[in-house]
Amino acid sequence: MAPVVHFRAAVALAGRFPALAGVDLSLQAGEVVVVVGANGAGKTSLLRACAGLLPVTSGQATVLGIDLTEDSTAVRRHVGLLGHAAPLYDELSAAENVRFAVRSLGLPVSAADAALERLGLVGRLRTTPTGRLSAGQRRRVALAGLVARRPALWLLDEPHAGLDAPSRSLLGDLISEAVSDGAAVLLSSHEPQLSIPLSDRVVSMGGGRITGEEAGGRRARLTALPAEDSPSGTGTMGAWHVA
Amino acid sequence: MWRDALLVAGKDLRIEARSRVALWQVVPFAFLVLLLLSFAIGPDQSPLRHAAPGIFWIAVLFSTVLAVQRSVSIESGEGTRDGLRLSGIDPAGIFLGKAAAVALQLLVLQIVLWAGVTFLFDVRVHVVWLAVVASLLATVGLACAGVLYGALSAGLRVRDTLLPILVLPVLAPVLLAGSKAWEAALDGNAGSGTEWLRILIPFAVIYLVIGVVLYGPLQEAA
Repeated sequence: MAPVVHFRAAVALAGRFPALAGVDLSLQAGEVVVVVGANGAGKTSLLRACAGLLPVTSGQATVLGIDLTEDSTAVRRHVGLLGHAAPLYDELSAAENVRFAVRSLGLPVSAADAALERLGLVGRLRTTPTGRLSAGQRRRVALAGLVARRPALWLLDEPHAGLDAPSRSLLGDLISEAVSDGAAVLLSSHEPQLSIPLSDRVVSMGGGRITGEEAGGRRARLTALPAEDSPSGTGTMGAWHVA
Repeated sequence: MWRDALLVAGKDLRIEARSRVALWQVVPFAFLVLLLLSFAIGPDQSPLRHAAPGIFWIAVLFSTVLAVQRSVSIESGEGTRDGLRLSGIDPAGIFLGKAAAVALQLLVLQIVLWAGVTFLFDVRVHVVWLAVVASLLATVGLACAGVLYGALSAGLRVRDTLLPILVLPVLAPVLLAGSKAWEAALDGNAGSGTEWLRILIPFAVIYLVIGVVLYGPLQEAA
């Protein structure tokens, strides 16, 4: 099966600055890959390049079979990006924002309603203008928009930021459900204790390049014998707890 | 494209209805322009009546800049800008939707403003169809050109100050043709008024077509 993401020596420029300086990365359907690295390592740029928002100027870059060096816009309707800033209109309610997201793809409004309910955005939270919600609640609305769109590739930039413990747990469940349905997830994080247990692989970035790779928590859990006796795993990126 | 345009127009109008920027800022601003220009001309009714169409269209023109700035600012946040690019909506649909939302606001503004002009300057429209057609054509042209130049300035930090400099000279033909057509409508001279529609029609069509074609690339460049 063709990989969902296939980057080979991919270079992307942000102005004159090489935000990606020759990235090699492959991501299969049903796989969760966590990207770690210091600020400025290129994690967000990698996600934006996968979303077709940052043009790849040289190398190979294919996402969902679409060559990003030829056309970076065609892939956009098939991916879901949860960035630092929530794609929400402050004057519109959670329901109106999520419905706009699904209608723009021609999906039925029922998809929005189901996603809102899944994220616990019911009652007053559903009808309050998102500008009056807390940062964590806005994050949940943005997640509801992503869930409702059912993208083939989830691109999550620091998805745990601003979420409380129940919401972080729910995020883990949503990622597991998405990969069970065949979606691929690429996730950047500064919180490895939260993200690595969700992942099949962990890649580290620095200077716009992939600098290392190792197995993630999901793979460790799958290969552990027996899994119950091995509640934690360690790697070169430090110890993490396996849920 | 049309479905997308309706979706975007509905979204922008709903946001306007909630924020009430048009109601509390654009309409009062237009009335201020009306009043200040009438003060500048003086209390004599005759020159005021003669200048009424020009004053009306200057107020509409300045209000267009405010309405377009508001339309651009709705998508100016990093999240909403990226969200719209990832939404799957045809850029031409975004352009048409945003232009339709601005046009509808301008039409409502013109109705309110004309009531003000009638009251302040004691003028009456004698060829109603000419005034209505001129207003509709001018509004389409103003909205399309405004949204197009709004997209051009959208990604710039100085967009709020740059937009009037970019767009007001471009809109000058609408000011001229709209004023002359309304002057003819007030005088009951339909013949000379229709001549000015020949400027408004191509202006509206050209900016409609350019906007549909160029909005996508401009959105990417911003």
